[in-house]
Formats: sequence, C-alpha cells, structure tokens
Amino acid sequence: MTAVIGRTPGSAAKTGRGDPPAKARAGMRDDRRWAPLFIAPALIGFAIFYVYPTVRGVWFSLTDYSLLGAPDYTGASNYRQLAHDPQFWNSLKVTAYYVVVNIVSQTVIALGLAALMHRLTRSVVLRATLLVPWLVPNVTVGLLWAWLLDANLGFVNHLLHSLGLGGLSFYSPTWAMPSVALVNTWAYTGYTALLFYAGMLQIPQHLYESAAVDGAGEVRMFRRITLPLLRPILALVLVVSLIGSFQIFDTVAVIYPHSPIPATRVIYYYIYQQAFSYFHMGYASAIAMVLVVVLGLLTFVQLRLLRASRSDLA
Amino acid sequence: MLKTPGAKAGRGVAWVLLVVAVVVTAFPFYWMVRTSLTPSADLFSDAGSLWPHHPTLINFARVLGLTSAQRDRAAGGSGAHINFLWYTLNSIIYSGVIAIAQTFFCAMAGYAFARLRFPGRDALFGVFVAALMVPPIFTLLPNFALVKDLSLLNTFAGLVAPSVLMTPFAVFFLRQFFLSIPRDVEEAAILDGANRWSQFWRIVIPMSRGPLITIGLTTTVWAWKDFLWPLLVGRAENTRVLTVALGIFLQQSPNTQPDWTGLMAGSTLSVLPVLILLIFLGKRLVQSLNFTGIK
Repeated sequence: MTAVIGRTPGSAAKTGRGDPPAKARAGMRDDRRWAPLFIAPALIGFAIFYVYPTVRGVWFSLTDYSLLGAPDYTGASNYRQLAHDPQFWNSLKVTAYYVVVNIVSQTVIALGLAALMHRLTRSVVLRATLLVPWLVPNVTVGLLWAWLLDANLGFVNHLLHSLGLGGLSFYSPTWAMPSVALVNTWAYTGYTALLFYAGMLQIPQHLYESAAVDGAGEVRMFRRITLPLLRPILALVLVVSLIGSFQIFDTVAVIYPHSPIPATRVIYYYIYQQAFSYFHMGYASAIAMVLVVVLGLLTFVQLRLLRASRSDLA
Repeated sequence: MLKTPGAKAGRGVAWVLLVVAVVVTAFPFYWMVRTSLTPSADLFSDAGSLWPHHPTLINFARVLGLTSAQRDRAAGGSGAHINFLWYTLNSIIYSGVIAIAQTFFCAMAGYAFARLRFPGRDALFGVFVAALMVPPIFTLLPNFALVKDLSLLNTFAGLVAPSVLMTPFAVFFLRQFFLSIPRDVEEAAILDGANRWSQFWRIVIPMSRGPLITIGLTTTVWAWKDFLWPLLVGRAENTRVLTVALGIFLQQSPNTQPDWTGLMAGSTLSVLPVLILLIFLGKRLVQSLNFTGIK
C-alpha cells in the first residue's frame, strides 16, 4: 500500500485543460492512435494480475477450491465457517495487538528522532544509517533478531541477564507478540523518521527563530509549531504504515520456521497456512476478503480524520 | 538558538539520544558480521565477547558451496548443498528486471494518462488508483493459481510476471510528476513535427530522470526484500532468491540448534548489496523520501 508524501508535483485538477480547441481536436485524433501503444503493457499487466485475480478471489471465496480440482460453488458457507472459527478470531485479535504495539512505538520514536535531527543536523550519513534496517529484507531482520534473542546464546538476552533482567523470548505467550512487534519497530522506525523529517523541512525556519526570540524552549516549539504543522504528513504516514503493519508475514514466518505459536499466528500467516498447507484456497480467499473489508474501513476512517486535520500551513 | 546553560545541556542530551539511535540501529548488523566470522564451536564459549577470538571465513565458504559436506557438518551445518552466490545472482536479476521493466512500462502509461487525450482515460486511471486499496494477499492467492495453471511454477517468467509490467502506484506516481512538467518544450517539438513517441522518449524521459530513479530504486528495494511470492512460486534451486534461500536454510538446520554462523554469513550476503547501493546512491535514496512513502 502506497501514498505520495510531501512535495507531490502537480495535481489531478490540472489535467489537460486549457488547450486551444482547434489544435486539441487535431491532437486528439493523433492521440487515439498512440494511446493504445503507450497503455498496452501496463493495461495487460493490470488486467491479468490485478483485475482478473480480484474477481477470481471473490469467486474463490464462494467455493470449496483446493488448488487441485475445479472449484464448486458453496455459497456463503466459507463465511459461515469463518464466523465460528476461533483460530480466525484469534488471528485477528493477535494481528490487532501487533499493529497497536508496532504503530504506537514506531510513530512515537520516529517523531522524536525526526525532531532531534530537524533541530540538530542535516547529516546525510546519519539519515542513510537510520535507513539501513528498512533496506534489508524482513527475512534478514527476523533472522538477526531470532539470533540476538536466542534462548541460550543470544547476545541481547545475554545482556539482559547480566543486567539482572529476565530474557525476552519469542516462545513466551506473553512476550512473543510484543517482541515481534518491537523487531519490526526496529526495522521501520528509521524510515518513518525520515518521512517525518522530510515533512518538518517544509516548515518555515523563521517560525522557530521568532519563537526562540520570544523565549520559547525546544519542547514548547515542538508542541506549538512542529506537531500542528506536521499533522497532514503525520496522518498520511499513519494510514500507510497502519495498512502495511496489518500485512506482517515475513518476520513471523522466519522467527517461527515451522509454525508460529498461537500468540503470534497473525492473519496473513493464517491465510497462508489455510491456502498452502491445508489447500483450503476457498476458505483462505474468504479470510482475505475480510481483510480487504477491514483495511478498507480503516483507510476510510483515517482519510476522514486526515481531511479533518489539514495543516495550518496550507 | 539561545545559548543558556540549560539549552546547552539539552543539546547534549539530544545528541546522546541520536547516538543511541545509531548504535541501536547498527549494532545488530555488527553482531551479524561478528557471528559470521566466528567458528560454530566458539559460539558458546564466546557468547558475550564483542570480537571473535578465532576469526574465520569458513562460514562464508560453507554458504557459498565451496566446502565438502563433511567439512560443512563439522562446522555446524547440515551438509545440504547450498550456493548463496547463485541465490544472490537470482535476487539481483529478479530485482533488476522488475525495476527496469516496470519503471519503463509505468512511465509509458503515466505519460499517456498525463498527456494523451483518448476516450475513457480518466475512468481508466480511476480504476488503476482504486487498485491501490486491494491488499496484495488478496490477489496473491488467485495469481498463484494462475501461474500454477500456466505451468509457470519455478520459472523465471512466473516469478516476475505479476510485477514486471506495472504496479498501480508507479503509474500513479509518474503520471503526477509528468503533469507537473511545463508543456512548452513538448509543444515546440510538436511544431517541429515530432510524434508522441519521440516527445516521450527524447523530451519527457530525460527531463524526468529524478522521479524515474526514485521509482526504480524503491522498486529494486521492494523486489530485493520480496519473500512470500518467490517462496510460493520460485522455491526450486534454479529460481531461488536470497530471502527464500535464507528461509529454507533455517528450516534445514540440524535438529538441536540452528546453524547460526552459517545463517549470519548468508544474512551478511543479503545486506552487502544493499550497503553498496547505499554508498553509491545514498544521497539520492535519502532525498527521494521527500517525494514518496512506500509500505
């Protein structure tokens, strides 16, 4: 899921209006010849790998498709089964828990980091360093932390023990999900911070200068200038990272190479398991449908909130 | 900024926090490299030391398939055949092909949506944008069924098929950029008799180097990190990419304890190309975040 942030060039409103009519008509004839050529590759890709599977996904969710035989229509039976499937509800609950821990910690730390950078330094090296965990595959991230938190030999657990604290474990029902969430917070905080930082660069410097003249401290400036003017970017980044966060899969798949414990069987993993371990393609599609609806609702609500909070700069 | 003692102390604390952030970010990578250079036998005795006492390259030799099965087992591996050089190559080809082809085709479509006038243009563009709302897992299941029905499992074509022609986001992003380019230059070219293709290829593309590189880079990173699709479609040796190889390697580990030194050597190989990319294109990459937010 994606979005454009910051200095978005152009806007839909400017689309091809205001051309002289005579030339426009001649151009239009010409364009009709060229348009198919320009559009064809993308349109073919879109039709085969976006539109067709979307339609087919809805159809699968109404069948008993198993990847092997032809699908048979079974009406709403997948959805009825889903309503009474404790594992499905558990996976939703677990995913929501993950998303809350991940998004809250990631957003708070990233905001703090961005504010620090904004007020202290323009160093590209620093920013590039903070970006590294985002550039690395989630698989690698999961492996790194599985090793750092290994029960016997993990360095971080070694450290925690020598500080007299109990170690973290991906296999404790209480600590497993927060641990996974914090691993991904580690991976995505630098990236999120850079997005916030880019937004902060657009806030006019003179606002901070006159606030300083008035004797305002840094904390006060952050609350009175940075936060309110960053609001639209903050909201947009939240929408995008929330939707991304719901799709956690790789990290869990790697940390639990055989099968996750119930406390960490997130919805993506449950869909994967239903489809490719049990060959319940129809049932998996029904769960995916529910995920589409949940994400759609979340996006809708968040975009409403976003619209209600335009920056005072605009 | 006021230079009161309080403000100075505050700046000191702020710098300390930034340094902590850098250490927390970088340390796991340091530990990865440190582990990859440690003999497996030393892992227990050396668990807490910051430096390997008997540094070795045996783990890299093992994951690159340069040792015998016996030596691999002796060094803590499973003895199964692995060749991370091949998987790295697959990953580079996978990300390279997708990034270049997708950027090119999406630039063409973006240009058509921004500049050409044809019936149904805005409706079609609306449908493209609406597809941004569909989570990937939903189309992934039928796409897998499709690739399987076409007998393209474990082929390079099946691997790249869903993303080589377009993503709705890239079309959207490039169209927005093309709209912001002033039309004057192209109109001068029209008067000179240039057709649409040469306007696109000779004028618009060279003027859009920045955004094209941005999209190309973010697509490269996305494909480099991709795991679930290649896991389902390209598990076999000949199409196996790095991320999938790491996952399979972990599952093959000997029963008692994962082969951590080998895994960290493989992980190091998955980080290295990214670091090289960062060294050469770091500034570009960091600045491109002013434009886009992805995932």
